[in-house]
This record gives sequence, C-alpha cells and structure tokens, in this order.
Amino acid sequence: MATALEGGFTNASEDSAQVFRAALNVMARPGQIETVSGVTPPAPLSPAAASLLLTLADHETPVWLAGAHDCAALRDWLAFHTGARFVAREQASFAVGSWDALAPLDGYRIGSSQYPDRAVTLIVEMEELGSAGTAICGPGIETTAAITLPDDTMLDFNAARFPLGIDMFLVAGDRMAAVPRSTRRAGEGE
Amino acid sequence: MDKSERQDWLGLMATSKANQLASLWEQVGMAPDYTMLRQPETGAVMVRGRAGSTGDAFNLGEMTVTRASLKLADGHVGHGWCQGRSRRHATIIALVDALMQGEAAPTLDAAILAPLRDARAARHAAKAERAAATKVDFFTMARGED
Repeated sequence: MATALEGGFTNASEDSAQVFRAALNVMARPGQIETVSGVTPPAPLSPAAASLLLTLADHETPVWLAGAHDCAALRDWLAFHTGARFVAREQASFAVGSWDALAPLDGYRIGSSQYPDRAVTLIVEMEELGSAGTAICGPGIETTAAITLPDDTMLDFNAARFPLGIDMFLVAGDRMAAVPRSTRRAGEGE
Repeated sequence: MDKSERQDWLGLMATSKANQLASLWEQVGMAPDYTMLRQPETGAVMVRGRAGSTGDAFNLGEMTVTRASLKLADGHVGHGWCQGRSRRHATIIALVDALMQGEAAPTLDAAILAPLRDARAARHAAKAERAAATKVDFFTMARGED
C-alpha cells in the first residue's frame, strides 16, 4: 500500500487560521502577495494551493482537479486531509490546476442572481507570481496595482458578468495572490 | 490483508475501555518509531439508525469521537477512532492498527485483541443477563368461551 499522506498541517486549527487570514488579505487587496508555509503536498500541487485547499475544503466541498493535478497520489492526499468530493468541472466549488488545464472559463459555475456566491473559485498554479504584469483596479485597490496574470481576458470575462463571475487565487510555490470578480483593468474604472 | 479483519479489530478497539487498552499496550512494551499524519483531534459524529434495520435512516444523535492517524517507520499507516475524548486512546489504536498490518500481528492479536474480545464478550453477556432477569413470559388463560 503506497501512501504518502505526510505533509498536512501539524497544528490544524492554528495553521489553517493563518492561511485563512492570508487568503482574506489577498482577496481583499487584489495584487497583494502573501507567503504561506508549513504544508508539503505531493507533486504537482504547490504548497500555497495545498494550504488553501486544506483550509477552505471539507467533506461538503466539490473539488475539480484539472489536468496533471488529477492523479492518484493527490486524490489520496486530499481525501485524507480534507475529505473533499472530487467532481466534474461543471459542479466544482474549487478547481485547481495550471491555467492551460483550467481554461477556458465557460462551463464553470458562476452563481445565479439569487445566489451569486454559488460560483467556482479557481486556484491557478503559476510558474511565477510577481507584481510586474497587468495593471488592475477595483475594490481593495487604492489607485492601481499590478499582478502577473496567466491571461488578462479573465478580467473581461468577469466584467461582462458582474455580479456573477469567477474568483481566482493565483499561486506559485508558497506565494499567493487573488483576483476577485470585482477587479478590472486599470483605466476602465468601475 | 483482509478488509473485514481490519474492520473487526478497529471496531473492537473503538469500543474498548481506554484504561484497559492502555494497560495492555504497556504490558506489550513495544515502542515503534512513528510520525503523526493527523494529530489526535476530538469531534462529533452523527450516529444514524434504521428502526428494525428496514425503515428510513434517521439521526439517532451525536456522539463524541477522537481520531488520530500515524505512519510507522516501515511505512504502514494506522488510523485510530474511539469513543470519547481520550487522545492517548486514539493514538494507541492507530499504533496497534499500523502494527497489525506488519509482522507483529500474531503477537499483538494474542496480547491485546484477545483480552479485548474477552472483555467485550463479558460486557455483552452481563447485559444479556440483566435483560434476561426481567424477561416476562406472556401466556393466555382459558377465557371460558369454549
């Protein structure tokens, strides 16, 4: 029985509270980058993406593993630590993978006008995450900010559907940032 | 390893008395190296039942359980779940579960599981005895209709 279940939170309540705080910070301030530590997941999941899933997913959370992330080692590890259900992309509350595996954005849940919260949150694994990229503005950004985006048409997708849309965490290694659905290209305004 | 065998020993230990299992474990005197995969944590699980094993499932009530998971140096993974909030109880169950998958299985079966089986049988017998003492045999007297 080959199992590699190590690498979860050592102190689940305190560790997940710290990651939750980091997730709140990056969602509230798009463009800001936070670093998390303490989790060592099996490849190809990055530590930051794993921290987010351990913190946000539980046995009632439908998760879609996209592309190379859909492997037995990762399924076993997430099932043990979170108990999350694995579903197709159309039902997922969280989808994790590289941008190539996650795109295009059509087909995901984007919420309904009664329940705009019933939308997917993407966790996008990036090669690099830095603040030299697309200029963005919107709630939580005083003037403008900049962040590396895998594809800046995601901003147009959300702008066309607001208040519905897709929220995204961008992760690389142990760093994470977020682009909520309210974020726009700088210069376009609200 | 047979799945039902493992269910059997996990079920046996889950309902065992914490102090009995702890003293049996100390008598065995094993101190294997292990790493915790999941620190012991206490929570509530919903116990569900079916009246007469046939009707719709209903929620009987919540009970407190503690669970722990660990991995031995030889790679066997053990999971421990038990009634109540004893973290040590859950850890010992996980250790025995992991060791039972390896070469120590016959030793542990004799030293730990056999006494627990006896204790469980004694508990069941005592309960059945108490119930039997209150048994009433109903019979119908002739009602004089013939």
